[in-house]
Amino acid sequence: MTEVSYLEHGHSLKSWLLTTDHKRIAILYFLSITFFFFVGGAAAALIRIDLLTPEADLMSNEGYNRAFTLHGVIMVWFFLIPSIPNTFGNFLVPLMIGARDLAFPRLNLLSWYIYMLGGLFTLAVLVLGGVDTGWTFYTPLSSMFANGNVILAATAIFVVGFSSILTGLNFIVTVHRLRCPGMTWGRLPLFVWSIYATSLILVLATPVLSITLVLIAAERLFGVGVFNPALGGDPLLYQHLFWFYSHPAVYIMVLPALGVISELVTAAARKPVFGYRFVAGSSIAIAIIGFLVWGHHMFVAGQSMYASAVFSFLSLAVAVPSGIKVYNWTATLYKGHIALDPPFLFAMSFIGLFVVGGMTGLILAMLAVDVHVHDTYFVIAHFHYIMVGGTVSAYFGALHYWWPKMMGRWLPLVWGRLSAIFIFLGFNLTFFPQFILGYLGMPRRYHVYPAEFQTLHVLSSAGASVLGLAYLLPFTYLLYSLRHGEKAPPNPWGATGLEWTVPSPPPQHNFHELPTVDGPPYQYPVEPDAERETAHG
Amino acid sequence: MKVVAPLIAVWAALLALLGLTVGASLMLTGTPSLVVSLGIASAKAALIAWVYMQLRREGGLMRIMALGAAFWLLILLGYLALDYLTR
Repeated sequence: MTEVSYLEHGHSLKSWLLTTDHKRIAILYFLSITFFFFVGGAAAALIRIDLLTPEADLMSNEGYNRAFTLHGVIMVWFFLIPSIPNTFGNFLVPLMIGARDLAFPRLNLLSWYIYMLGGLFTLAVLVLGGVDTGWTFYTPLSSMFANGNVILAATAIFVVGFSSILTGLNFIVTVHRLRCPGMTWGRLPLFVWSIYATSLILVLATPVLSITLVLIAAERLFGVGVFNPALGGDPLLYQHLFWFYSHPAVYIMVLPALGVISELVTAAARKPVFGYRFVAGSSIAIAIIGFLVWGHHMFVAGQSMYASAVFSFLSLAVAVPSGIKVYNWTATLYKGHIALDPPFLFAMSFIGLFVVGGMTGLILAMLAVDVHVHDTYFVIAHFHYIMVGGTVSAYFGALHYWWPKMMGRWLPLVWGRLSAIFIFLGFNLTFFPQFILGYLGMPRRYHVYPAEFQTLHVLSSAGASVLGLAYLLPFTYLLYSLRHGEKAPPNPWGATGLEWTVPSPPPQHNFHELPTVDGPPYQYPVEPDAERETAHG
Repeated sequence: MKVVAPLIAVWAALLALLGLTVGASLMLTGTPSLVVSLGIASAKAALIAWVYMQLRREGGLMRIMALGAAFWLLILLGYLALDYLTR
């Protein structure tokens, strides 16, 4: 008996907006975060156009502050944090562990509605004129002096935090309680391990941010002295509380990407992953050590030098589990039968850019060097190599890899390869010059700069235009594939994992009968269901 | 009544502890005031976790998880202390 796929199970708007199917909720998230990706991208475009010349040609000082704040707020909380967990995590975790849904399906839908409510608050901030504090909301600027919509923006982030917490909680309970028979912890796909580690951070760190935002509101609205020295508060306390959340939040953004790459590399090499236990364990290690490094954001803020020394050491230590992953992916590829498909190209792009971002992170973790490059474009380039070069590349890699499973349609492989290459080139042209700019002394958040920096800024803006077009490209051919793509078989890439054992797209309840797992993960090689190269180029 | 009685007893205890907090703030100053306030706040949190959040009915794993959350708070407070005490 052929079961109806989740896409065909009801076509009305109501059937989508009231769905509790994890796969449909994943699609709702996909559409929403794509929208916010382009809104945040539009703010980035304004910034890069303004920086083409040393003078303030396009925006006022205030306008520029509001543009980069909006870019940061939207990209961090409305794209990067929910991107991989809420779309691919939602879609894949139950399929990968042999479950019919997440543990709390209605809570899952509620998470999406809360996300959308937070998004509406953010759009209201945009319509009402924006906010100018930077995405970090540093005090006492945000609590006393900023004249933008600080409270509204803080409310948006406060609200969307609950979506994060509920999603994290849902994943943790699902992984603990809904694994199918035989799916032991040692057999979990590495993507599930990374989502589990991410969920721990979501649940433990997000409440601290929520409380901190409430404290800003208390100080701004009622004059309660928490962060303002004039009222008996301490501005550094804000930075401690903010980074106690926001540095682990970096790992919320990148850990799911690391999980995606583990899947993509293994499938591309058609070999069992090298050092499964170490790759899985390194996700948990990153989640734990990631909580102990936040003070490296405060080396020049007046923090005690003894605390700075401890934070510096721990920041260097977090590179170890990250390095384990990179070495293990490389060892997995060694002597593999590598297929140069789009997901693999995105994975290779990720590995290269993540290594550059990671190595420059080590530079920033060193106390003395950080004094020179703190708050410069060096830092901007560093975290964009991790967040954009890393996470966004992995996001697109995941999109190409699981698209046939999610939509039941093949994508054009040639266009996929081209877009991976264009994104890689556009990204490097945009952000590599920023390392040099920063090292030469160009501060972040300035839009008027000395004329000698213009060449590097023009290069960066030119790269941003390539990158912007390259990001649009996949959406055009993926949309095209929905109508004109050939139907995808259950296992088009010849990959292991329970998600590839069900039809593409999967039926509403995933498995007709719950599967039983009787062996370790990644038992490659597996023959693909279709001859891709001849049929799809 | 068997279910409600402990809830009401804890509620009354929380109110009494609130009264103690107010009293302590009027009678004590400086470090003793801070220590007593934090002690009372910890007692309130423990009562809420134990009775309202049902930890008393849960098994060992759940209690360890709750302690884990408290440990996470300790990381935050410990590093804050490291900074503030060595400036």
